[in-house]
Amino acid sequence: MSPNPRTSSPADLHEVVVTVNGVTRSARVPARRLLSDMLRHDLRLTGTHVGCEHGVCGACTVLLEGEPIRSCLTFAVMVDGARITTVEGLAGPDGELGPVQRAFRECHGLQCGFCTPGFLLLTTELLSRSPEPADDEIVDALGGNLCRCTGYVNIVRSVRRAAELAREQPS
Amino acid sequence: MKPPPFVYHRPASVEEATRLLAELRDEAKIVAGGQSLVPLLNFRLAAPAHLVDINGITGLDRLGWADGAVEVGATVRHSRLLREREVAAAHPLLVEATGWIAHPVIRNRGTVCGSLAHADPAAELPAVLALLDGGVEAVSWRGGSQASRRVPAAELFAGPLQTTLEVDELVVAAYFPTLAAGTGWAVEELARRHGDYALAGIVLTVTVDGEGKPTSGRAAYLSCAPTPVVVDIGPALGGGGGGAGSATVYDLVASSLDPTDDIHATAVYRRHLAATLTVRALDRALSRARTGTQPPQPELAAVSDAMAAPTAASSDGGAER
Repeated sequence: MSPNPRTSSPADLHEVVVTVNGVTRSARVPARRLLSDMLRHDLRLTGTHVGCEHGVCGACTVLLEGEPIRSCLTFAVMVDGARITTVEGLAGPDGELGPVQRAFRECHGLQCGFCTPGFLLLTTELLSRSPEPADDEIVDALGGNLCRCTGYVNIVRSVRRAAELAREQPS
Repeated sequence: MKPPPFVYHRPASVEEATRLLAELRDEAKIVAGGQSLVPLLNFRLAAPAHLVDINGITGLDRLGWADGAVEVGATVRHSRLLREREVAAAHPLLVEATGWIAHPVIRNRGTVCGSLAHADPAAELPAVLALLDGGVEAVSWRGGSQASRRVPAAELFAGPLQTTLEVDELVVAAYFPTLAAGTGWAVEELARRHGDYALAGIVLTVTVDGEGKPTSGRAAYLSCAPTPVVVDIGPALGGGGGGAGSATVYDLVASSLDPTDDIHATAVYRRHLAATLTVRALDRALSRARTGTQPPQPELAAVSDAMAAPTAASSDGGAER
């Protein structure tokens, strides 16, 4: 529903309810709150990283209804009611790393780790629709994200390894 | 940076949305995918007092085939064009061009109509719309009732990020005419990094007769001018096309375009690039036209079914997963 355009203020708060990693969470946020900031500041899920804040670096990538999106280019109020997966949702309940996370650790798919949450979520989504991706498929899926440490070679290797781990041990 | 404050509106119908736009005029911006608008807000290059989110409007996610054109509703995202087989069959050119847009993650949110209304001269879809003489349907609320008009591509693009749409108009659908039999097509572009805006890009169609001789051809260019530029390459085809005729095509294109220098490329390089891409695109398009590799037109029934599919299912990405 739309508010009365003349009596509403940009400071008005909106109740946003989302299911994050299977848990229903809510926050009262101004309209201009980016999804990345709602996750980090309001819900205290600081695994989602904010790099460039204009859609170039991909560090803030999360899954919205299973599809990867840039959370810094999405207003929280626009995804009210949606299902979201963040990097916190990739580990098991006891904190044990998921197959994608283990593969990145094994293959040195990260150094400083800043970009890693985005790459982990892209990889998770890629493997969910393509369990044995070809190298060019991997590059196409991950090509929109930036890593300044690894030179990407080990990231691609990590994705291949994650595919193996996922096949060995289906979650 | 953080976006400037704004009042958020989520109308539930086109009527509600257009009434809002009629009241708010240039204080409001429409948001669908936000993949171009939100960066502008985060950079504080735009600071609209109101944002009108059209994602809550049912019926704007139509994707189908009407009157010889693929109709794309205002909330249809790029990724859906790439996913639905009916669209690939009905309009392979549109689908190939869409595949050049940014990265998959951006295509998951960005919308076709949003790209057209944003009118970035470096974007693919405005060039496709211009090449095909397509258009958009714009609705507004005027004098107590809803008004609607069809704006052809030739009248739509006014400059960089500028259209001739009025501030109270909402684009509800875009129409991309499909290709006739015997017509081949190609998309070519060059960017420094995969997924970046192209230094120059081309969308081209060429039609051949029963003997495989080209009879007409058109090309539309992106990143070469403030708006998409359409060039009739017919005069340079001379019955040969490609091979021997390619020098003429190069010259025709190079003399038709007047790009400018910027930080990404010089005008001279851009002109050369656009002409070279044209020669390449023409080769591919001719071979597609001659071998008839463009998929046949879809059967009306099949696509009508796609159009009639419940909109709720297709608007909810989660339902397909």
